[in-house]
Amino acid sequence: MSEFVQFLMSGLTVGAVYALVALGFTLVYTASDVVNFAQGEFVMLGGMVTVFMAALGVPLPVAALIAVAAAVCVGLLLYWLAIAPSRGASPVTLIIITIGASILLRGAAQVLFDKQFHKLPSFSGDVPVNLLGAAVQPQSFWVIGGTALIVLLLYLFMERTVLGKALRATAANRLAARLVGINTTTVMTLAFGGSAAIGAIGGILVTPITLTSYDVGTLLALKGFAAAMLGGMGNPLGAVMGGILLGLLESFGAGYLSSTYKDGIAFVVILVVLVAMPQGLFGRRSVERV
Amino acid sequence: MAWLSDRRAATLLVFAVIIAALPLVFPSGYYYRVAALVFVSGFAAIGLNVLMGQAGQVSLGHAGFFGIGGYAVAIGPAHLGIAPWAATPIGAVLSAALAYVVGRPILRLKGHYLAIATLGFGMLVALVITTESRWTGGPDGMPVAKLVLFGWRATGASTWYWISGAVLLIGAWIALNLAETPTGRAFRALHDSEVAARVAGIDVARVKLQAFVVAAVYASLAGSLLAMMNGFINPDQAGFLHSVELVTMVVLGGLGSVAGAIVGAAVLVTLPQLLTVFQEYENVMLGLIIIVSMIFMRDGVVPTAARLLARRGQP
Amino acid sequence: MSVLKATDIMLAFGGVKAIDAVSFSVAAGEILSIIGPNGAGKTTLFNVVSGVYRSDEGRVELAGEDVTGLPPDRLAARGLSRTFQNLQIFQRMTVLENVMVGRHLRERCNLFADLLRLPSVTRQNRATRDAARAQLEAVGLGTSADKLAGSLDYGACKRLEIARALAAEPKVLLLDEPAAGCNAVETRDIDELICRVAAQGLAVVLVEHDMRLVMKISHRILVLDRGRPLADGTPREVRDNPAVLAAYLGSHGAREAGRA
Repeated sequence: MSEFVQFLMSGLTVGAVYALVALGFTLVYTASDVVNFAQGEFVMLGGMVTVFMAALGVPLPVAALIAVAAAVCVGLLLYWLAIAPSRGASPVTLIIITIGASILLRGAAQVLFDKQFHKLPSFSGDVPVNLLGAAVQPQSFWVIGGTALIVLLLYLFMERTVLGKALRATAANRLAARLVGINTTTVMTLAFGGSAAIGAIGGILVTPITLTSYDVGTLLALKGFAAAMLGGMGNPLGAVMGGILLGLLESFGAGYLSSTYKDGIAFVVILVVLVAMPQGLFGRRSVERV
Repeated sequence: MAWLSDRRAATLLVFAVIIAALPLVFPSGYYYRVAALVFVSGFAAIGLNVLMGQAGQVSLGHAGFFGIGGYAVAIGPAHLGIAPWAATPIGAVLSAALAYVVGRPILRLKGHYLAIATLGFGMLVALVITTESRWTGGPDGMPVAKLVLFGWRATGASTWYWISGAVLLIGAWIALNLAETPTGRAFRALHDSEVAARVAGIDVARVKLQAFVVAAVYASLAGSLLAMMNGFINPDQAGFLHSVELVTMVVLGGLGSVAGAIVGAAVLVTLPQLLTVFQEYENVMLGLIIIVSMIFMRDGVVPTAARLLARRGQP
Repeated sequence: MSVLKATDIMLAFGGVKAIDAVSFSVAAGEILSIIGPNGAGKTTLFNVVSGVYRSDEGRVELAGEDVTGLPPDRLAARGLSRTFQNLQIFQRMTVLENVMVGRHLRERCNLFADLLRLPSVTRQNRATRDAARAQLEAVGLGTSADKLAGSLDYGACKRLEIARALAAEPKVLLLDEPAAGCNAVETRDIDELICRVAAQGLAVVLVEHDMRLVMKISHRILVLDRGRPLADGTPREVRDNPAVLAAYLGSHGAREAGRA
């Protein structure tokens, strides 16, 4: 039982981070049809900027705030400098552009910071909490709680605010949204900025547990992408579910099956799901019009 | 239409002349090596271009096949007593078989879904290679036996320059052949309109699979060649970044253009060599170049250049 | 003896019945037109019959054999060809190559022979090219053979689709609005082409909004309204059917049909 809870908690913690990355993917994808492979770099930036600001003596909360702001700036620059000028390019071209951005950001982080692994102090100490016999790091609750809060805020934003509704309208039909007077550029700017902030927060929350370095972004992006696909691209709730599901599968898979192939679980799952259910677990079926 | 076959012959002739003439301007053996690297990558890119440029299907996991080819010539001689020259086709057959088995279900997917499925496949191949260290030497890689043909040992940069140059020519010839055949037309048809291709009687699933297998064999052979040339292989050859590099070569050079695939390979292989001056800025520059060239040459170098030339040719 | 026969086709999209209990049949040499207001389900019916969609209920027979639910390529192999309402031409191929693709089923296609471009492949290519060129001449596109298909205007694309469909030498030809976007001269050319093709023994099913064309060349007409069959008969019978007049043609359409 205690073992089970242990795996459950670590799965939820990792899954929460995947969920945030997947949420960022989904946000950008619904607004712009772009699959942003640089999404993982926002997580990296969140962690790394906080670490280096804290090292300069900036108090942790302020450092975290600066990190989020920095990630948002990068996200906006990515949109303005790379995505907006290539409007109308093919999906593959756009994918390559964002992969290029990911390589660029990783390279920049390597130059600006260093190639070492870094840790942040846990927000509320390192004394494990006993939960049904399992020793759970308090930081896990921060990660899970933080993710839940972000999901809730995003939900309220989408449902209750005009901008959120504009985003959903743009996702449903870009041309129609523009025709009814929605500024789709604003919506896309918002999506890129928002996804960067979400990623960065995820990075800050999880760094005390998983450590961070300049190159953590790639694998996170791939797994976040897998999670988003699992939930059905373009479905925020599906993305969150996909992320958590993926985290749990990894955690239980590593615990009960094989830890050497832990990183493979995500890709096996994604292959199986895609082949069995090509629209993802929570996606809608669509009819091709000819 | 004599000019079509003529153009194929002319393209091949241009490639042959360039390959033959390049050594005249090489100041050192180092250049042979870089050029051979370009040829090997170009060969893989030509194959991927059959899949992406002709048939219009993306693969973000193609380095997986590259890795299988590479590890075939590493593991075959080291663990199974198979000669490197024999291990090369064995690797290609393995890759083709794997492409066939994996391609059947995943090529039904479209767009981003196909991208992630192929990506997942590539990641799994790389993961197996990294993990099964008893066979593969794990993350550190393993040495590869020298290629011996009829008692002659293939060593030295210039030797590999000529071998890879010849292989590149053959690869280009086959890809150019394909374009003007029922199979090639079926590839291009499904790229433009899958439903119209099906209505014309094309078994789309089968044709996609053919393109996937062809591209996998190209990648596998390129992987074998590179491993034998380097005398060493590590899991990076099969990794995600290498898959991305291959895709970028194809798109950067120009989808559907054989010359484009080689140009794309030339750009992506030589740039890092030039950028070693910048050392730690290498990734920054590489990322920047990918972004900038994709924004400003969306159709790829070769088609863009051809268009500019055509425009200039008009009064 | 009907070449193509559809019986009680039903297809719903999320509860909305796009087609409901529609049946028709067409014989060799016959031209059957399917007409109806926008949203009547004409194109959807085509998509079902040609295997692009799967119907929820009903049965399709081709040359006496049950082909219900077969995919488009298998149907094509059994002699069914079609064109599309919103163009589905191969934009990045030349006009001639488009028609050559149409001959795919008439070609032997072997990957290895093609990779090496064996002499047999070159020979076959020449034959295919000649046949495709002849087909292009037949639709009046002979002079555009080497142009990129994407550069053609709308009317020419429509004719290109017909040429591509005919290149397969089908038994049944489904034409989805072949005259849409064509001027009077082009429309006349298309109507002559259709009549010629039918005279050669093909069964032609036509979806068309140009009433003059429909009334002039059809042997029989099926009228659909909101997915259901409204009337079925000769052009005269359909024209005189009060239900059709009321529901579809309206006063303007009736006048135009009377003139045809």
